[in-house]
Amino acid sequence: MSGAGTNRKRVVVTGMGAVSPLAVGAELTWKRLTEGHSGIGPITHFDPSELAARIGGQVPEGPTEEGGLTLSDWVIPKDQKKMDRFIHLGLAAAIQAVEDSGWKPENEEDRCATGVMIGSGIGGLQTIYENSLAVANGKARRLSPFFIPAALINLASGHLSIRYGFKGPNHAAVTACATGIHAIGDASRLIQHGDADVMVAGGTEAAICALGIAGFCSARALSTGFNDEPTKASRPWDKERDGFVMGEGAGVLVLEEYEHAKRRGAKIYGEIGGYGLSGDAHHITAPAAGHEGAYRAMTAALKDAQTDVSEIGYVNAHGTSTMADDLELAAVERRFGDHARHLAMSSTKSSIGHLLGAAGAIEAIFCLQALRDGVIPPTLNLDNPARETVIDRVAHEAQERKINVALSNSFGFGGTNASLILKRFAE
Amino acid sequence: MSNNEIADKVKKIVVEHLGVEESKVTPNASFIDDLGADSLDTVELVMAFEEAFSVEIPEDTAEKIATVSDAIDYISKQKAS
Repeated sequence: MSGAGTNRKRVVVTGMGAVSPLAVGAELTWKRLTEGHSGIGPITHFDPSELAARIGGQVPEGPTEEGGLTLSDWVIPKDQKKMDRFIHLGLAAAIQAVEDSGWKPENEEDRCATGVMIGSGIGGLQTIYENSLAVANGKARRLSPFFIPAALINLASGHLSIRYGFKGPNHAAVTACATGIHAIGDASRLIQHGDADVMVAGGTEAAICALGIAGFCSARALSTGFNDEPTKASRPWDKERDGFVMGEGAGVLVLEEYEHAKRRGAKIYGEIGGYGLSGDAHHITAPAAGHEGAYRAMTAALKDAQTDVSEIGYVNAHGTSTMADDLELAAVERRFGDHARHLAMSSTKSSIGHLLGAAGAIEAIFCLQALRDGVIPPTLNLDNPARETVIDRVAHEAQERKINVALSNSFGFGGTNASLILKRFAE
Repeated sequence: MSNNEIADKVKKIVVEHLGVEESKVTPNASFIDDLGADSLDTVELVMAFEEAFSVEIPEDTAEKIATVSDAIDYISKQKAS
């Protein structure tokens, strides 16, 4: 396994937390995901009637014990207005992950060895919108002193660090839709490099607001043909797909140096096997020909993991339900060669939509759960594939399949690509 | 607006913005030392007073408003003049 024959520190996952359109909670999200539920519905956060896209994956409101979001259970009311929603959701996921891990630094040395890296693709867009309106209405001198810290992307990390007294690296990745993987990958490297023993890492996003939906609409990126059938809208690889569906939420992992986790008897969900990054140097929104950037990111991750393609059992695709799905598919086929026929690959965005900067983080959690339970989550709505392949895309229903290694892809605007390899843990 | 009405309104704003119990908002209570405010909270609090009472509180005056009674006294004087 990773680390064998080298001196590199091993990084394991000891805590997980999720807030998704399916549920608040990593396990309830997983249960609903593998049962084939969709978290996509009409947008209610604002009135979208003027826009071509009017659906999204909103986090359900409701009692915490039923998997709904009750914000006051995570952030006290006085502090809520000091943070944009993306920080609320990030904190809810991070608190779950930290509590799940059981890691509570009790002395200064341990606090300084614990860091945070919660990224976001966009950050506090709704907060920026509201304060812009105030400026436009002649209230520039009446902006809240909390406006800037409420909107800044790295303040999800900042609040988390303050809440728990984590004094190690305090960082945030910002790479559009690749943020989640970059946060986890970079945080793992910080542990391997000795900057921290524990990193709380992931991504959060709350861009279902007028600016967010209108902006992606103008970029012609969103699905507009399924407003009356929201659960059918996110359909990666399907002939009828017409754009991605925006989701909101957060995914956070507690990453821990293996010996550290072992010493304190922590439960281990899996191991960060490898991480690879690449850039397209091609176009601000479109992938390069043949998605060769994706190919190189996967190659780099495999090399980092010292893993042969034949060991990979599952790929969690970026698969956003856009034309780029088939380019990723072609890159995966080329990368995996003869092994492609033994591969399962699904896009969980078919169920929860595209969580932008949180996508890679929550999808890493799904990979860990797939490794643990031997269940591959389905690709919903894959009725008529636009392109045939030997790869099993797990259409419609979850599949039982024992796997030892999984790979997850995320690609972002600006031509940024990242792949993460997660392994079943073995001593 | 009577001084009592001003006092009640100031207390209500403090309770709302700082998320503290009404019983703690005594005249001598310091926003920072007793009511858990930080420097940004006090900026926001002064803005809320300005908005609620339609008064201007200059920055150098705002810095001297440290307790509940400081706020009530200043606003009462402005309203009386």
